[in-house]
Amino acid sequence: MRSVRIENVSKQFGQVYGVKDLNLEIKAGEFFTFLGPSGCGKTTTLRMLAGFYYPTKGKILFDDRDVTRLQPNKRNIGMVFQNYALFPHMTVDENIAFGLQVRKFSKAEIQHRVDRIRGQVHLAAYGNRKINELSGGQQQRVALARALVIEPDILLLDEPLSNLDAKLREETRIEIKRIQSELGVTTIYVTHDQMEAMSMSDRIMVMEDGNIKQVGTPQEIYHQPKDRFVANFIGETNLIEGSIQAIKGENVQVRTVNGHILTGRKQQSSPSLTHMIGDKVFISIRPESIQLGTGENTLSGKITFVEFTGISVNYIVDFTAFSLKVMLINSYDQIKKIGEDITIHMAQDSLYFLGE
Amino acid sequence: MEKQSVSAWTRIFHANWFVYVLISPLFLVLFAYVVYPFYQTFIQSFAGDEAFFHYKKFFDIASPANLEALWTSIYISFVSVICCALVGVTMAFLLERYNFPGRRILSVLVLVPMALPPLVGVLSFSFLYGDSGIFPRIFQHLFGLDHVPFALKGIWGVIVVHTFTMYTYFYLTASAAIKGLDPALEEAATSLGAGRIRVWTKVILPMLTPSIVASSLLVFMISMASYTAPLMFGVERTMTMQIYLSRTNGNLEMAATQSMILSFVSITFLIIMRWYQNRRNYQNLSKGISVHRSEVSSKKVKILATIASFAGTLILILPILVLILISFSVDGAWKTQILPTDYTIDHYIALFTDERTWRPIWNSIQMGVIATLGNIIFGVAAAYAMVRLNFKGKTLLDILIMVPWALPGTVVAVNLIAAFSTESIFSFNQVLIGTFWILPLAYFIRHLPLVFRSTSASLVQLDQSIEEASRGLGANWWYTFRRIVVPLTFTGILAGTLLALVQSFGEFVASILIYSTSTIPLSVAIFQKLYAFKFGTACAYGVLQICLILVVLIISEKLSKGSAGTAI
Repeated sequence: MRSVRIENVSKQFGQVYGVKDLNLEIKAGEFFTFLGPSGCGKTTTLRMLAGFYYPTKGKILFDDRDVTRLQPNKRNIGMVFQNYALFPHMTVDENIAFGLQVRKFSKAEIQHRVDRIRGQVHLAAYGNRKINELSGGQQQRVALARALVIEPDILLLDEPLSNLDAKLREETRIEIKRIQSELGVTTIYVTHDQMEAMSMSDRIMVMEDGNIKQVGTPQEIYHQPKDRFVANFIGETNLIEGSIQAIKGENVQVRTVNGHILTGRKQQSSPSLTHMIGDKVFISIRPESIQLGTGENTLSGKITFVEFTGISVNYIVDFTAFSLKVMLINSYDQIKKIGEDITIHMAQDSLYFLGE
Repeated sequence: MEKQSVSAWTRIFHANWFVYVLISPLFLVLFAYVVYPFYQTFIQSFAGDEAFFHYKKFFDIASPANLEALWTSIYISFVSVICCALVGVTMAFLLERYNFPGRRILSVLVLVPMALPPLVGVLSFSFLYGDSGIFPRIFQHLFGLDHVPFALKGIWGVIVVHTFTMYTYFYLTASAAIKGLDPALEEAATSLGAGRIRVWTKVILPMLTPSIVASSLLVFMISMASYTAPLMFGVERTMTMQIYLSRTNGNLEMAATQSMILSFVSITFLIIMRWYQNRRNYQNLSKGISVHRSEVSSKKVKILATIASFAGTLILILPILVLILISFSVDGAWKTQILPTDYTIDHYIALFTDERTWRPIWNSIQMGVIATLGNIIFGVAAAYAMVRLNFKGKTLLDILIMVPWALPGTVVAVNLIAAFSTESIFSFNQVLIGTFWILPLAYFIRHLPLVFRSTSASLVQLDQSIEEASRGLGANWWYTFRRIVVPLTFTGILAGTLLALVQSFGEFVASILIYSTSTIPLSVAIFQKLYAFKFGTACAYGVLQICLILVVLIISEKLSKGSAGTAI
């Protein structure tokens, strides 16, 4: 279990930057996620931690040890690849034992450790199977066992769930989280799936175009996104454009483009916002925090889209200059139809202000 | 202190130039044994008082022997391409698309010509259809003629042998292309109202064009390089024969000039072929193509098909049968009869007991193994560098490896004579010509691309993340190479190795020009026995070669099936 420090790291591929001036600290034992769309630099960063790329500039430290240019086989890391990269010419046990053989453990010790980890990933009876005789989920667990059995200082997971179907993905997600918290190993997880990131991580780093957008706990990132990119990328949200009309104590009044006045709380805004009257702002409101009927920030509009998902009823409501996605928990009421009028309201606490 | 030195090494390993240190041995080998000999021939072709003296002589209209040879070579190659294409593509279509009596046995035997070493193939053809061959004599006896009514000889003899041995190139590529041809395309064309002829000309042939063009270039190149067939059928006016004659007459400068011109043609074709392969796109490879073979239904056609496939089977298998038959005949006893009269198994006993008969086999085994070991080391290293390392000069490396393969064996021999009949640093200050070592070197050069290509093909398929996984688990580069890369590319390495071994074992074209009399290789021994009218011994040698090739084919077939499969 080690902490990781990334200092001013840049990686260039020819003229193109993979990541630029990255600074980050990951605590020992933490479950940390790199989240972002493809091409954002998350995998590049992970591969630099693994030693498959060397940074063009900057330093990487495990605890206080400088590993910037250390070869991957000397870092004591465990890595799970997107395609698992299991050795197809070996059995399950031979795959798992590989790292232990490299470390020259005795035969008995290897067998003991392999048996134990195989139990932990629920593959006790599969030791002699060939890799191509396993299902996707089983292969995934072999890859995890192979990475964990060497007791790595850091566990690196590169989109390990993306090749599984939806149901298996959820099961494996819980499994990985369980094993990680049992072993307490520092874990770095790369994904583009915000659901995975939110449900598993202690902290998340959101990346875009090789830069860090925000680092924080899942709640911080969901409730207090730094900018419109993060707000849009994490979960679904509505963004309403407007300008600040008045500030009354803790309350901020925003006038939307078509003249509605919406009120929110001053502390519910991104840190970069300066709150000058006349400033252009964006209001972020999550679809699930919009409620039916009148109350704070009441609006009336016309329904243009209806979708029933079982758990909820989703509407898109048109307010002439903008429209809002509304998600109402299914309460067995009559579902409204396209073209009907609807009145909704938004609690002042649920409005969040973002800058340009 | 310890830490200091580690970081110094680390700095060297990570330096941009370090990769060039790794690949420099590869380039050194190629320079010493491909570029340098070629350059020596080039220099030799310009020897004499007058510049271009030998080139002027070559293109002199007054003594047209050389120009005639060039023209004959091109003519033979051109006709060979057409004949091979007709036979190969037709066979591919019949076997892939139609079901008829005898299809199964024919589809196995269709590749038999690949198992015949060039010299042995020509040999059995002349026994069957030559001047004193079995078939012409059958007709002679049947009709009581004074002379044989027909015989395979001259240019047409060469072309028939070429067709028999080289149609497989067309067959293989065309049948692969037909397998990849989605029947739905034909069905779509038919449903749109196209008749059979239109479907053929507008849909099927255009889709087969890439494979036909590629095979045509290949067959043309191999025909230009063909030496054994012209030699056995006495066609002296071909380029390879002219080089051979110039060399045996001691006119090395003319041999060099002729080699340069022939090389020019070969390399041009190599370049066209590479260019064509690169721009060629692999069209529809749609999933789950159902192989549908039309059943031959009409009774007349069925009988015809049966007869035709019986004849085909016979033609394919006769060359081997006749070799086996003659290998049991008593040397010198077969004169004007249709078939040999006296039989014995002495030749086979002699193969393993008589020192003098056994010696050439042992020579060829030694030379083949040495050359192949070289091919493995070089081929695997070059393939790994090519696929996994990043450096400038990849195209050059690729071309330098391919060139010796495109060069006719005769030219390779002439190049080696030019380079190593004097001392040079690349031969450790030894004269190699006339020693044992020149033939392993020739085999090594001629078969450079075999291990390289099969290994790089399986390396490309090996997902790089598998190597990374091993590194991540703590294995260093060498451990990863031994335990992951080699086992997973083993079938590829082995396939190339076996091919190189078999080819070296049967190599004749370069051998005949540069063998030393104290270490005669098997192929040259066959040739000598033939000229001493010891047909029995010559054929026993040939049967031995075929057996070896069959063993190798079976092993590689087994291995490719039993392999653990490639990366996910």
